[in-house]
Amino acid sequence: MTTAVITGIGVAAPNGAGTENFWAATLRGESGIGPVRRFDARGYPARLGGEIDDFDPAEHLPHRLLPQTDRMTQLALTASAWALADAGVEPGTYDPGETGVTMAGAFGGFEYGQRELENLWRSGPERVSVYMSFAWFYAVNTGQLSIRHAMRGPAGVVVGDQAGGLDAVAQARRNIRKGARLMLSGGFDSSFCPYGWVARISDGTLSTDEDPRTAYLPFDRRARGQVPGEGGAVLVVEEAAAARRRGTRIYGEIAGYAATFDAAARYGGERGLGRAVEAALADAGVTAREVGVVFADGSGWPADDRAEAETIAAVFGPQGVPVTVPKTMTGRMSSGGAPVDLAGALLAMRDGLIPPTVNVRTVAPGARLDLVTGVPRPWQPGPALVLARGRGGFNSAMVLRPGTAAPGRTGAAGVTGREIPTRSGGKRHAADDTVGPGGDHA
Amino acid sequence: MQQMTLSALEEIMHRCAGDDESTESFQQAPERAFADLGYDSLALLETQSVIRREYGVDLSEQAVSAAETPQQLVDLVNRWLSAA
Repeated sequence: MTTAVITGIGVAAPNGAGTENFWAATLRGESGIGPVRRFDARGYPARLGGEIDDFDPAEHLPHRLLPQTDRMTQLALTASAWALADAGVEPGTYDPGETGVTMAGAFGGFEYGQRELENLWRSGPERVSVYMSFAWFYAVNTGQLSIRHAMRGPAGVVVGDQAGGLDAVAQARRNIRKGARLMLSGGFDSSFCPYGWVARISDGTLSTDEDPRTAYLPFDRRARGQVPGEGGAVLVVEEAAAARRRGTRIYGEIAGYAATFDAAARYGGERGLGRAVEAALADAGVTAREVGVVFADGSGWPADDRAEAETIAAVFGPQGVPVTVPKTMTGRMSSGGAPVDLAGALLAMRDGLIPPTVNVRTVAPGARLDLVTGVPRPWQPGPALVLARGRGGFNSAMVLRPGTAAPGRTGAAGVTGREIPTRSGGKRHAADDTVGPGGDHA
Repeated sequence: MQQMTLSALEEIMHRCAGDDESTESFQQAPERAFADLGYDSLALLETQSVIRREYGVDLSEQAVSAAETPQQLVDLVNRWLSAA
């Protein structure tokens, strides 16, 4: 079966715009969480957020695109150009019909939408921008990326809150298996405006703590909710053979994926995260023992943290695998959170360093986790598991595999990220032919 | 009502659709197609709305889409203003 690999990364996160800025800040343990400044949040019970400060869209985009785009689209467009440049893809590298876009969204462009709705009610319909017709639509990023980069093959949008960020990348892998050569995939959200804020507050999971160092502490005994962040990542997902022919660097392979739902309360409310993890590992043909790191969802809500910690301990054994939540430095970025974790996992493979979970000091009683806290931890790169859950019972799990030296070659390619992952024909995994519970058909 | 100039139209369209330093000004290229200058149909729709508001000229969508260049649109608006 066709293998989908990741050859380019573009990140815009509260602790760094630009992949290397984000990664350097993450390894230093620098947080982007602080008092919300983009609108007056003083009247709301939750007042902390992860905002991207050092980003001026006019520096990165044609000015013609500015009046027709929400901030989350401006971020996605910019990150997509970074990802393509990172992958060394240029117009003409592929036929436009062989390339496509699958992005996740959770909110859409609420900031844009709120402004235009205010225009509607204050000044009348004539004052509403024509671009409102698409600018606030949650699907707009897929369309804008497709237009901007002339990617005219498969296109799709996935909405699944935080889990949607993994589902979109899984959809890109599906499209590669169906014949696409290159997909842009990931997720971006912002909606740092009153409309977006009250929508989040209605969820009931925001931390009302006023101290950026203690507001979002997943798995900590002091956990009391989450802090929202804005941003996300775009990944270049490429068909492995095509990427090899181009001779480009390969960060890693999308080796396995599965998605499940929690049962509704009236059916017992059984959580589905464990099934997602087991099925994603099976899909990847990776055993729990082989997994080198878990990027946890890290909800920050004690009951959800407990459930996730129990799942991880059940699959990997107590303290059985290093676990980290770099989102403690960005806040939870809705559809952008999991793609940033995928980027973090790939960069952890490149550099041989697991990024830390900051601020967490005392893991909650009963959570038998080996949480990487404080400073990065060196590791021998291996498969990484990324978890994401979304409001309403979404669970998604994705397994990434680092590059391995091709047969007959030597060198720890996974550490340098310069080598190409190759599967020898005799070592095909049974999982190549299985289907995850998320309907991950080839 | 005062007649519309090419630069006045350009200012409106920059407001509606953003400026683009790479294309020629309307003064330099009054007969270039809007499409070549980087304006799509939505930009023209937004422009039509501003012209209605600021010049009191209520052009139809069909009339606006028939105007393919800045000069043609300025002429269209000015014919309306002269007739008023």
